[in-house]
Amino acid sequence: MKNQKPKKSLWWDIKKYHQIYLMIIPVLLYYILFHYGPMYGAMIAFKNFSPGKGIWGSPWIGLDNFARFINGVYFERLIKNTLTINIMNLLFGFPAPILLALLFNEMRAKHFKKVVQTASYLPHFVSIMVICGMIIDFTNSKGVINDLIALLGGTRSSLMLNASLFKPIYVITDIWQEVGWNSIIFIAAMSSIDTQIYEAAVIDGAGRFKQALHVTLPGIAPTIIILLILRIGQMMNVGFEKIILLYNPTTYTTADVISSFVYREGMLNFSFSFSAAVGLFNSLINFTLILMANFFSRKFTETSLW
Amino acid sequence: MAGKRSIGEMIFDIFNYIFMALILFATLYPFLYIAFASFSDPYLLEAHQGFLVRPVGFSLASFKAVFGNRNILMGYRNTLIYVVLGTSLNLLMTSLGAYVLSRNGPCLKNIFTFLFVFTMFFSGGLIPFYLIVQGLKLADTMWAVILPPAVNTYNLIIMRTAFAGVPPSMEESARIDGAGDVTILFRIIIPLCMPVVAVMILFYGVYHWNAWVNASIFFQKRTLYPLQLFLREILITSNTDSMTTGASSGEREYVSQGIKYATIIVATIPILCVYPFLQRFFNKGIMIGAVKE
Repeated sequence: MKNQKPKKSLWWDIKKYHQIYLMIIPVLLYYILFHYGPMYGAMIAFKNFSPGKGIWGSPWIGLDNFARFINGVYFERLIKNTLTINIMNLLFGFPAPILLALLFNEMRAKHFKKVVQTASYLPHFVSIMVICGMIIDFTNSKGVINDLIALLGGTRSSLMLNASLFKPIYVITDIWQEVGWNSIIFIAAMSSIDTQIYEAAVIDGAGRFKQALHVTLPGIAPTIIILLILRIGQMMNVGFEKIILLYNPTTYTTADVISSFVYREGMLNFSFSFSAAVGLFNSLINFTLILMANFFSRKFTETSLW
Repeated sequence: MAGKRSIGEMIFDIFNYIFMALILFATLYPFLYIAFASFSDPYLLEAHQGFLVRPVGFSLASFKAVFGNRNILMGYRNTLIYVVLGTSLNLLMTSLGAYVLSRNGPCLKNIFTFLFVFTMFFSGGLIPFYLIVQGLKLADTMWAVILPPAVNTYNLIIMRTAFAGVPPSMEESARIDGAGDVTILFRIIIPLCMPVVAVMILFYGVYHWNAWVNASIFFQKRTLYPLQLFLREILITSNTDSMTTGASSGEREYVSQGIKYATIIVATIPILCVYPFLQRFFNKGIMIGAVKE
């Protein structure tokens, strides 16, 4: 396989590797059907889709759906909510696992460390339904959190009905669920740092704090940058699963994000073309963001996705 | 690194351990609370305030109601079917894809890689996806939850990286003995990459266990519902009527609260049971994924 001759025709290549090309067919078919099919279907964003006429047959209406969204009453609210949740996540949710990994790295008690690590991964595997069920139960007016508030002299209230609390609850529970799991990748990156660098740092008189700052942190910097690029590419994206399970009409003002709006308009109100346009708008912004983040990162830090 | 510790380092260590103990508490206590509450007497629980350190009273009434509920059992059965079939298909498709992408020879390989990776950064969106799956006549069949997630691109890349790490000499000797690509994949590469396969089973299995969005948009028939959709009725929309028949409306509220706790336990136990066996693969598997090509 190694001594392949330079420049052969495609036909020759397919004949030589026919088994490999046969093996890829199901996978290729899968991507065409379930990933490129929807990209083709996204053209209904520019059409007035009716199920009877199908994706191709429905009449073109140009950018009307996009104009309706951008001029609509919800536009500002959706963009604002989507961005704020992401910025809060970036400020608190992104550094949290890095910090946790650094603290894990400083633990000497091996068994205790293992216990805490193993426990901290657990919530990641619990279904979002159970997590949301717990959130709803703990925050209702008779729940544990209100018991504590009452104990401290506050008044009981249903926290999930309070629009100003939706985002904090969303972000805090997100961190609670994912911080341990997200720390794994940084722990893995730390374990691949050459121990000789630490030894050299010790000889130079660096204490543990200095080692963490000047050896560990730079060692995991490429990983941090890669994940940061990915996170920035998701800046206009908040998954709708947790949102639609936790929000209710009284908290729409602070809880409704683009994806939950797409879900509601498309799946519950059946305005397919309009919600497809909103979804496509969102996809395009995200795609642009990730291209930009990658471009700047490659330019300034030599680390990039591609 | 085990030299003398300065005062500052000792203080740091003490705070670090206290902090870690808090993390441990904050992670596990919510689940413990649910467990205690589920075994509690619903009436005593209602009167109780604040943290629970053990069940108040003791009652299995909530669990009896949950296990007597046909929906929960049906959901369990459906979910098990989806987990087993879905994960098997995931493994087959992902290893086929990963094998091809890990080969050096074929000249179309880079085009395939680009086609697959591109979908990580751009998607057609929920609505076109819904229409396409409808168009394929998959709605209201179990294939609607099995086929669309058949390959996860991130997992494909993890597996590709692992396959590419197998020394080429292994397959060359097999090739001399007349083995084709399918034989090499299933008889040589996969047995050599069992840790990654285990991680894939974990990731895909947990995905199918927890998945509900596809089911909720494609299933009209309740007989197809996975466990998670029945959980949504009980936990999120608080519909426990089917389990509280015979109770007066006053009792119903207490009882349904207990049912929620018991349902959470019943739905989470399987994860807790397999968790200790799988967690040793976490670090290994994630590390493979973390290695950039």
